[in-house]
Amino acid sequence: MIQIKKIENTAEALMEKAAIEIPSDYLNGLKIAAKEEDGDLSSFVLEAMLENYEAAKQDRSAMCGDTGTPRWYVKIGNDARIEGGPVALESALRRATANATKKVPLRPNRVHPLWRTDFDNNVGIGAPEIEYGFEPEGEWVDLITVHKGGLFGTDYRMLFPSDGIEGIKRFYLDSLIAFGKRGLACQPAIIGIGLGGSKDACMVLGKRAACLRVVGDENPDPKIAELEREFKELGNSIGMGAMGFVGNSMVIDCNIEVAFCHTGGMQMSVHAFCLSSRRAVARIYPDGKVIYRTDPQWYTPYQRRETVDWQERPSWQNHAG
Amino acid sequence: MAKPRRITLSTNPKKDELAKLSLGDVIYLDGTIYTAREGVYKRSLEDQVSLPVDLPKRSAANFHCSPAASMNSNGSFNLGSVTATASFRFSKWIGQWLAQTGAKLIIGKGGMSARDYKQHFVPNGAIYLTTVGYGTGALLGRGVERVSGVYWHSELGLAQAMWLIDVKQMGPFMVESDLLGNSLFERENKKIAEGIGKLYEGTKPATLKRYGETDNRSDELI
Repeated sequence: MIQIKKIENTAEALMEKAAIEIPSDYLNGLKIAAKEEDGDLSSFVLEAMLENYEAAKQDRSAMCGDTGTPRWYVKIGNDARIEGGPVALESALRRATANATKKVPLRPNRVHPLWRTDFDNNVGIGAPEIEYGFEPEGEWVDLITVHKGGLFGTDYRMLFPSDGIEGIKRFYLDSLIAFGKRGLACQPAIIGIGLGGSKDACMVLGKRAACLRVVGDENPDPKIAELEREFKELGNSIGMGAMGFVGNSMVIDCNIEVAFCHTGGMQMSVHAFCLSSRRAVARIYPDGKVIYRTDPQWYTPYQRRETVDWQERPSWQNHAG
Repeated sequence: MAKPRRITLSTNPKKDELAKLSLGDVIYLDGTIYTAREGVYKRSLEDQVSLPVDLPKRSAANFHCSPAASMNSNGSFNLGSVTATASFRFSKWIGQWLAQTGAKLIIGKGGMSARDYKQHFVPNGAIYLTTVGYGTGALLGRGVERVSGVYWHSELGLAQAMWLIDVKQMGPFMVESDLLGNSLFERENKKIAEGIGKLYEGTKPATLKRYGETDNRSDELI
């Protein structure tokens, strides 16, 4: 049985880590970008960012004053048992979010959309979001917190099969340039692209592609992985760098996730996970052991569920062409 | 590679100090800054509630930001990281605000339009400083000496309240607009725009257009 107090304490620690410590995969990606950047102003910005990560760690102060909108992804091993059940888990995550907002401190960003009511603790109607995934084995629970910036860098469009890869490319450029101008997307960013599903599923795919995969990993479909590499390069050849200044650092990595969609459509979403890519992860075991990490390891074969358990390998995956 | 110039500026700068600045100069601030964004603008300019502090005497530097902060039980504040929010959203209030408060420095994220600079900033002798990054909150936090007051907290909440913050060598910021109303972002956008056409080669507009992409309400979408 996993103790509920252990979940709450770990969640609070994760909130702090996410706000303060830049994940190593993103940091390494940004260091490479800083070396390759040749725009004067963009270079200055990237150097300032690298300094800022150090300052945040030394001062135990949030990297960015806009600490985003905290949310939770919970992955539960099939054999895990949680004290008090899933309702107690949700309650613990809400408490941890409120407590950490005060302690770190985080900016109390969450308000009512119409009345702008602010409880000063990032908790309210539907906030923080809590989403779930499961794995076939394990007695553990993975807590993943993501504090994504909330305003710019995300868009959705219903494309059609006739739009093709060129249509995807075009909407990708549209989104990057639109939000890259003046640096509204807080680039260089991890760009997540969702393809297919339905409108809501497509948004979820793209957001998870940006927030739950790490810099340097690849989609298991080799053709999609190739597209990821091509799109990273395309984004960095726009001529735009940090803050929308002349430069070549726009995309630290591009991650694409897909889901089967309506036969007549090809939904597409684009998401940008910013310069302060805030994510932190912990695995909690029933004996009370907690292991912290920054890679969500969200996308497992089970999460993508490429096939059904009564069929070895679907024929569409063979890429005959 | 050329490094930008680094300059220290008062939060109540004189006109000749502002006149010497060039687009892209890196600025560090000494003095007192205050936060004011949609909550303060609306309450002060639309609801006509008089301001709780004497401006521009206390400060002529309006930061579009809300700090990551919390209030302690003894009424003091715990201030961490400081980062700007996007300023273009405050366009409708900025002219009146500059005129009434004598603000000379507007600090934020992303700048405002050259039209705003020409119409509102130039006549009021104000310039725009952009934060860098935009996520250099921890560095900016190091420039905070103390919170000297938080006003309208109960009316507007922590994020929208008016914070008065004493600062020393707070930065880096970058000069985005000068006294003539030129914009660094617009200059950069023009340079970048020249190369964008070739990226789109081989692509065509999406099969289904979106209503509202132009102001022409009779547009066909297919």
